[in-house]
Amino acid sequence: MISKDEILHVAALANLKFQDDEVDSFVNQLDKIVNMESKLSSVDTTGIEPTYNMADTNTVFREDKGIHTQTREEMLENVPETENNLIKVPTIVDKEDDE
Amino acid sequence: MNFETTIGLEVHVELKTKSKMYSPSPVAYGAESNINTNVIDFGFPGTLPTVNKNAYRLGVMVGLALNADIENHTHFDRKNYFYPDNPKAYQITQQDKPLGHDGYIEVDVDGEKKKIGIEELHVEEDAGKNTHGNNGFSYVDLNRQGTPLIEIVSKPDMHSPEEAYQYLENLRKIIQFTGASDVKMEEGSMRVDTNISIRPVGSDTYGTKVELKNLNSFNHVKLGLAYEEKRQAAILKQGGSIGQETRRFDEKTGETFLMRVKSGADDYRYFPEPDLPDYEISPAWVEEIKASLPETAAARRNRYINELGIPEYDAGVLTDTKEMSDFFDEAVKYDANPKLVSNWLMGEVNAYMNENKIGLVETKLTPEHLAKMINLISNGTISSKIAKKVFKETISNGTEPEEWVKSKGLVQESDPDVLKPMILEILDNNQQSIDDFKNGKDRAVGFLVGQIMKQTHGQANPKVVNKILMAELKSR
Repeated sequence: MISKDEILHVAALANLKFQDDEVDSFVNQLDKIVNMESKLSSVDTTGIEPTYNMADTNTVFREDKGIHTQTREEMLENVPETENNLIKVPTIVDKEDDE
Repeated sequence: MNFETTIGLEVHVELKTKSKMYSPSPVAYGAESNINTNVIDFGFPGTLPTVNKNAYRLGVMVGLALNADIENHTHFDRKNYFYPDNPKAYQITQQDKPLGHDGYIEVDVDGEKKKIGIEELHVEEDAGKNTHGNNGFSYVDLNRQGTPLIEIVSKPDMHSPEEAYQYLENLRKIIQFTGASDVKMEEGSMRVDTNISIRPVGSDTYGTKVELKNLNSFNHVKLGLAYEEKRQAAILKQGGSIGQETRRFDEKTGETFLMRVKSGADDYRYFPEPDLPDYEISPAWVEEIKASLPETAAARRNRYINELGIPEYDAGVLTDTKEMSDFFDEAVKYDANPKLVSNWLMGEVNAYMNENKIGLVETKLTPEHLAKMINLISNGTISSKIAKKVFKETISNGTEPEEWVKSKGLVQESDPDVLKPMILEILDNNQQSIDDFKNGKDRAVGFLVGQIMKQTHGQANPKVVNKILMAELKSR
């Protein structure tokens, strides 16, 4: 059973805010989805290597060459606000990952 | 109550590549804002990452240098988080099958050798750089976004701030000598996060660990950890408990301050990166990379001592940085006497670097010029006094020593036919000194040599002068 707290936790991780009645309906809907998916857990996978990827190729590398594929002007075209070629964003309060 | 300290370190190192980890944008330190970015770095919808082969190769090099087992079947994982320095809102890393695991490095603490384990190391991408204005806005530069990183996670094997310091010093040196990274704390190409906990001696469970941030030098790591050891012990002695928290080191006071309390583990919702295939790292490729590993600092040191006759202490100083060691090797290739090259590097060159607060590569000195200058002294072309002038010119302006010495007329005068008449004239004019010499006053010789040097502007060969002078004095 999916709890309301789990929904709120996932919503917070996804930076989403919901009304109370929305949360209730998500509890209901997600519970059904997770229940259906959990049927997969009933399959015995003992001794079977996990599949990480469905791609039919592997080990594709790119050679190390520095290339400009877009100009800075092109890249900053969609940026709402810039200053001195920097992207201007609302101040970041949590500075913990700042280097 | 006595406590035992447990320290674990996570070190991020930027790999020295031409392009980014998952995009072909160029990588350059200190470039114009946002100049080295493309649609992949900006996380535009529909773009796909590609893995930089050289970055992976350098990662394997570091892994091998740290005695780690290299993983042969690997894939990338997606780590999800929101932060403006990474517009994709996820970092592509290796969570499940890291590039390497179970390595170690040896450290020397108080004369005792100890192995510090490496839990795992993996490649990932760096984030962009934020600067914070005081006007309610922050500014993002995505040049660094996607720069190849290697993260090295130690085992909780360190038990004192000094051990952590030695671990970092050694780690830096080992990586630097592979050439995989510049490992410069001051440029952010090496960054350190630390975890520290203490527990009563004899306890079999670890204490609550505290994370330390804002450690911008190895010295700060040591100071921050030492402060934390004391702080935690004081709390436990008073019957208090340690909170699971992140603390910030303040370099002005040397204290640590609470940044935030951790409530439960971070939830990054890792899952296999669907935009990249699986990777097979063949043992043959690993062997090839192993064979290409440059000589380690320890091997160079032994070679200097055993093959070049450099004293142990000097060999240690020469191999402290790859820069210095490469310079030394290169100068010796130009047929300069190794011991003399070593003396100049440790003496005059080092003094010049300290005086001007610059590194070796920032000086104008080249190994070839240093070797030539030393050979000019060795073959008697210039005196050691003139050498100081030549040295200053070549290290400040990059001037070729041989040409300069010739053009400035600084070649040492060693011809007895030129020197003898001068010496005779000086003796004729200084009867008092001759008398003094006869009366056993050796100082008189010094005075006379000084007169000759004065007349030749310091260019007379002292050996030749001495020989002629002594013979002449005795015969008078």
